[in-house]
Amino acid sequence: MLGQPHIGPFRTGPAKRLDLLTSKQTDERQGMTESSAITPEQVEHLASLSRIAMGEDELKSLAGDLSTILSNVARVNEVAGDDVPATSHPIALSNVLRPDVVGETLTSEQALASAPASADDKFLVPQILGEE
Amino acid sequence: MNELTTKSALELAAGLKAGEFSSVEVTQAHLDRIHATEADFGSFITVTDDLALETAKAVDAKRSASEDVHALAGVPVALKDLIVTEGVATTAASKMLENWVPPYESTVHNKVKAAGLPVLGKTNLDEFAMGSTTEHSAFGTTRNPWNLEHVPGGSSGGAAAALAGFQAPLSVGTDTGGSVRQPAAFTGTVGVKPTYGSISRFGIIAMASSLDQVGPMGRSVADAAALHELLAGHDPLDSTSLPDPVAGFVSAAQTSDLKGKKLGVIKQLRGEGYQDGVRDAFSAALDVAAAAGAEIVEVDCPSISYALDAYYLLMPSEVSSNLARYDGMRYGLRVEPESGPVTAETVMSATRAAGFGAEVKRRIILGTYALSAGYYDAYYGSAQKIRTLVQNDFAKAFESCDVLVSPTAPTTALKFGAEAASDPMALYLGDVATIPANLAGIPGLSLPAGLSDGLPVGFQILAPAREDVKMYEVAGPLEAALEASGSRVLDTLAEGLTTK
Repeated sequence: MLGQPHIGPFRTGPAKRLDLLTSKQTDERQGMTESSAITPEQVEHLASLSRIAMGEDELKSLAGDLSTILSNVARVNEVAGDDVPATSHPIALSNVLRPDVVGETLTSEQALASAPASADDKFLVPQILGEE
Repeated sequence: MNELTTKSALELAAGLKAGEFSSVEVTQAHLDRIHATEADFGSFITVTDDLALETAKAVDAKRSASEDVHALAGVPVALKDLIVTEGVATTAASKMLENWVPPYESTVHNKVKAAGLPVLGKTNLDEFAMGSTTEHSAFGTTRNPWNLEHVPGGSSGGAAAALAGFQAPLSVGTDTGGSVRQPAAFTGTVGVKPTYGSISRFGIIAMASSLDQVGPMGRSVADAAALHELLAGHDPLDSTSLPDPVAGFVSAAQTSDLKGKKLGVIKQLRGEGYQDGVRDAFSAALDVAAAAGAEIVEVDCPSISYALDAYYLLMPSEVSSNLARYDGMRYGLRVEPESGPVTAETVMSATRAAGFGAEVKRRIILGTYALSAGYYDAYYGSAQKIRTLVQNDFAKAFESCDVLVSPTAPTTALKFGAEAASDPMALYLGDVATIPANLAGIPGLSLPAGLSDGLPVGFQILAPAREDVKMYEVAGPLEAALEASGSRVLDTLAEGLTTK
């Protein structure tokens, strides 16, 4: 695995992008008006991005669920034109900052108390770098 | 049933103040009731007898010493198990957090503790608050006290069942798309989703951060209002917390009048897909409001037709992002893969496969898809624009009326298993009337408006953002008018339970 870029769960790079699209959907990407059928292979890719191990039955049933849900909600892009601004937050507050003073934090003992494993006052995690 | 468990929170507060009974007596009566009925209702994941009685004793001691205490001091409360409680297991009804004992305190629990409300326990919910029936809990079934074959609603189903089952006089839930209002409707209780940011979310396990809000629940409007007053207020620990002063919600509920109030019936939320019994109870409640002097008008909010679609893209997107934190490394479950190499990545995948239930996985995968490069603009971006349109529709509607009203849910409480038999969208449709308020950040309240085939029907009141007081100004007198015109919905249930 070394030498290959590590793609985080929610940062799909351009190289991965086409994996999600069937050729039919690529054509429809602008319109998105027709139902989008999701394949088990696409779900498998999404599951790997989400770091959830899934069996074949699960992939198949999720592919069906996603297709149903997406065909129902796909019309969202028929409604609002370019002139409508996006709302990310219902009540906008800006520059919310706390005073820059030292406050109480958890001790490392408290923080480690619910860790699955710890050693030497640190979280103990499985191997994070692959070996060739 | 001990009569202390049928009293409202404000009646208990008055009795405690007058010395008619002690908090230990009140708390013990509710704990006894919980232990006698949990096999039927299953409202709680954890019951905290010792903690509750300890608080009750401390409050009683303060009162005997004539020390100043909060008006609700000594009145027990139940907390949804999505609310972090330091030193008390907090599970979010997920195997992922089955054995997690939080090392820090939520602002909600801090406020409850500071005011001296004994915490009876942590109530059941759909896993990570994802669901509308509480069937998605990893830790057992909660049944509707009105009919044990029906769900209590969700995701705050345990919180609502605890109220309707007279196990607790007050509950705290959370509402992301209707999770307080819909179970309140299904159980004949009162549930409030305040303005986004009214109550601190510090220490509330996050589901969809731009939609989540803590919700006070009770058996009457004034009880919920009193709990709202206690929990509301600015919190520097939550950057979305509003720096607004807390209005007098209880007095708004108790002293207002329906005369001259303009109620806007949302055209899009009373037609197709609603059960006849729900429509009838809603119309009858409108007649009662009109007879009490309210003016009923119809308002058009066309974008609401797209609210559900936008919600089922925005919410899973935020879910996929928020739940990325459960990686099996720092807290919660860790599972090693059954075969193959044991690396951080395979452990994460095995942990998340074992720790999350089917609905949580479905939403994470859907959200990951909606946020993918190439789909982001078409799905997530478009949904955010609909959010703007819904806000605009509400703003326009509020120009011509004080509050907006609709049935809280299209149906009464469903039977168990109704979901399994249907496709995922069918159940999502049950949230159609509650979701728009979360998208727009405005406050909403559900109160009981009679029965249909022996099950309660909820009446929803929506008010402009940061004007929650307007919602109470209508809910209080409407509740009084409805009770005067018929019987109190929960009295029907109380009689049934007493004779049982």
